[in-house]
Amino acid sequence: MNPGLAVLLVALVAASVFGLVRRRSDGLLREAGDVARDRGPAVGERPGPPTGVLGVDDLGGPLGTRFTLVQFSSDFCQPCRVTRTVLTDVAQTVPGVVHVEIDAASNLDLVRRVDVRRTPTVLVLDGSGREIRRAAGAPRKAAVLAFLAELS
Amino acid sequence: MPVLTAVFPPLNRPLDPRGPRFAAALTTVVLAGVLLAGRSPMGLVLLAAQTAMFAVGTVRGPSATPYAWVFRRFVRPRLAPPAELEDPRPPRFAQSVGLAFASAGLIALLAGAILLGLLAVGAALAAAFLNAAFGLCLGCELYLLGRRLRGRLSGPAPAPAPAPVPGRRRLRPPGRR
Repeated sequence: MNPGLAVLLVALVAASVFGLVRRRSDGLLREAGDVARDRGPAVGERPGPPTGVLGVDDLGGPLGTRFTLVQFSSDFCQPCRVTRTVLTDVAQTVPGVVHVEIDAASNLDLVRRVDVRRTPTVLVLDGSGREIRRAAGAPRKAAVLAFLAELS
Repeated sequence: MPVLTAVFPPLNRPLDPRGPRFAAALTTVVLAGVLLAGRSPMGLVLLAAQTAMFAVGTVRGPSATPYAWVFRRFVRPRLAPPAELEDPRPPRFAQSVGLAFASAGLIALLAGAILLGLLAVGAALAAAFLNAAFGLCLGCELYLLGRRLRGRLSGPAPAPAPAPVPGRRRLRPPGRR
């Protein structure tokens, strides 16, 4: 086969598979343990506990009394804007919930510690700052509200 | 100076998000043509043109490319107004990633490393196709991983920030790594 045609077909198939998988998994709120199990260590980095407890020092402000929605964003991130709108709205409507946005590129230590790989990534922390859920990609508002209601 | 602003639209003006996706679809078609034509004059001319397109998109912003002009002139008038406008920085960054792959491909093809050239063009095509078909910006996603790796490779992690700046956004001053 013409090598150019082969490269074309491989590129289209690989991109389609990636896009479809991404479309299904994007923004799902997953349990911290599941996230850890599905991932190996990031390229060039040691494996470590990807989850953890975040505190005032990490967030630059107090935790929400019930939940904190920590959003990692970057400048080159289109869905970060939608995510910000959704989570700000959730924090305003649900009592005890705080939304904190962190610029990933200027907080790389924290990004490595909690193993954030894309933006937006949203961590849902409980009242003690422990990560209980994580979404890579923009989470849907209904899913966030349903999860918070389920725990209340 | 309406003519000047038409030729050189301001860099940070919000974009109709369908513009970059339309451009990505055209880019996919052009790069597919390059792959099929291979290292023929036709393939090289197409790839050089697409590389120039990426260069314009990188330097002048995505709305300054001929693709964006075609979108504004012929496509947008037939569409409903956009639901919302988007920040031009992500698509501009994507243009610079495309520029890197397309120029690498062009250099490789010209130098006779045909398979390498085709692979570089294939990577650019995959990224453009993901953008056109799924609205996904691969270059933007790789940005954070690149930053993580770069910090790791360039030495020990910097000391923790002194005192976090209170506020909801941009919690610590940018520029620290």
